Amino acid sequence: MTPDQAPEFQAGIQPRTSLWRRLDMLSRRGLPAVLTGVAVLLLSAPFGVPGQAELLPGVLLSSVFFWSVFRPASMSSPIVFLLGVLVDLLGFGPPGVMLLVVLLVHGVALLGRYGFARVHVLVLWLVFSGVSLGATVLQWGLISALSLRLVAIPAFAFQWALGVGVFPLLCVVFTGLGRSIANPDRA
Amino acid sequence: MPGESVMIPLSIPLRQALDRLVLPILIVAALGIILLGQANRALTERVRMGLADILAPAYELVAWPQEQARALLDRMRDMGRIEAENQRLRTENANLRHWYDVAAALVDENAALKANLHWMPDPAPSFVTGRVVRDTSGLYARSVLVAANVEAGIHKDGIVLDGSGMVGRVTEIGSRSVRVLLITDASSRIPVRLEVSHGAAIMAGDNSGSPRLIYYPQDNPPIEGERVVTNGEIDTMPPGLPVGQIHYLRPGQPVVIPFASLGHLDIVRVFDYGRSTVVPPDAPGRIPLRRPTDSFTVPFPSPLGRG
Repeated sequence: MTPDQAPEFQAGIQPRTSLWRRLDMLSRRGLPAVLTGVAVLLLSAPFGVPGQAELLPGVLLSSVFFWSVFRPASMSSPIVFLLGVLVDLLGFGPPGVMLLVVLLVHGVALLGRYGFARVHVLVLWLVFSGVSLGATVLQWGLISALSLRLVAIPAFAFQWALGVGVFPLLCVVFTGLGRSIANPDRA
Repeated sequence: MPGESVMIPLSIPLRQALDRLVLPILIVAALGIILLGQANRALTERVRMGLADILAPAYELVAWPQEQARALLDRMRDMGRIEAENQRLRTENANLRHWYDVAAALVDENAALKANLHWMPDPAPSFVTGRVVRDTSGLYARSVLVAANVEAGIHKDGIVLDGSGMVGRVTEIGSRSVRVLLITDASSRIPVRLEVSHGAAIMAGDNSGSPRLIYYPQDNPPIEGERVVTNGEIDTMPPGLPVGQIHYLRPGQPVVIPFASLGHLDIVRVFDYGRSTVVPPDAPGRIPLRRPTDSFTVPFPSPLGRG
């Protein structure tokens, strides 16, 4: 992962920051959030793919966790908040639950990011499994408490398993993106 | 964070403190949203519907190619099955042709027999076709709203049929629509006749999909699978309209499975049999008594004359 540094901290001769270059950098920096938002919109579109609704939290949590660990500048807290609000508005559960869960995952990733960014990707996968298990349990508990009945556990287990399964794939995609079109240093 | 472009020049410790405060504030805001959503569900629904309205055209754009692809796939599958389908249709057609001949012969025979009996034919019923616009069924009622041209001759107690059987009766008439009480409604009672066992009974709705059969003759119980038709003992209903089929839920509890697809009604016809206008003659079967003072008169003129 390339270090995300502001131009003033980078050594060497830099081209002048023209308007075009600044726009380019901004779009590269905003790409992860935009892609996550698009993924959320696409996953709630009526494609009729089995498991589509259960895949949405997994993709969202993977994306938020990955970018919060490796480039918090592209996945800042307000952006995570907006993504959570979007998911909650598109879903039909009690409002705010997914928002809170995704903010907490973001917070955990931020707290541990100096450790997480250094470990092997398989270890990171294990860490994500744990974090998303906690997130899913919290989501289940909150939904059960807010709707005053015990919601069926298998659906949440399936959702968690899908999220864990999709994380390595997204890691590969995000790493490629972070090195190429989503890299502000290459603007 | 270097990524957040802060316009106002702030000291670095202050900026770091602010950055550290953002996430807790947002988490508190999320908790607030949870509470707000619990307290004011209508607001949540309104905001969600607003977003759904905005996204609806995009979703339609997504759904349209899928529908086209599915239609194309279906057509291709149909084309693959066309040989077998043709074969089946040919056999069915031969079968139906036979039944058509039988029916035509029976119609001729029926006409001849009726002519011999000086049968007075029933007047051909007039009907109005309408579309079921709304299922007004609730927890305690089974009824539908039919949009139809009411002035074309829909009256209260009109009989409503769909393509395969009886649906219900008109109970209320509006200016452009009528309400139809389905035969499954708990307050619906239809006198019926059983076609094989020739018993008479009352079909009583109970808000389930299959009305019960009550008051059937105990010595002549309904037979599983036999057809149920209307009895014609009430004024507005002619005999012989198809209603359904007998089915025993358990021994001693016959129900009628309606022929009409009451679950998803689309186009129905409202018939006006107009039998309520038939006035029965006064005191049927009574022979006027002859008073004893009346003299016996011969019914033919006397050959002697009055003279």
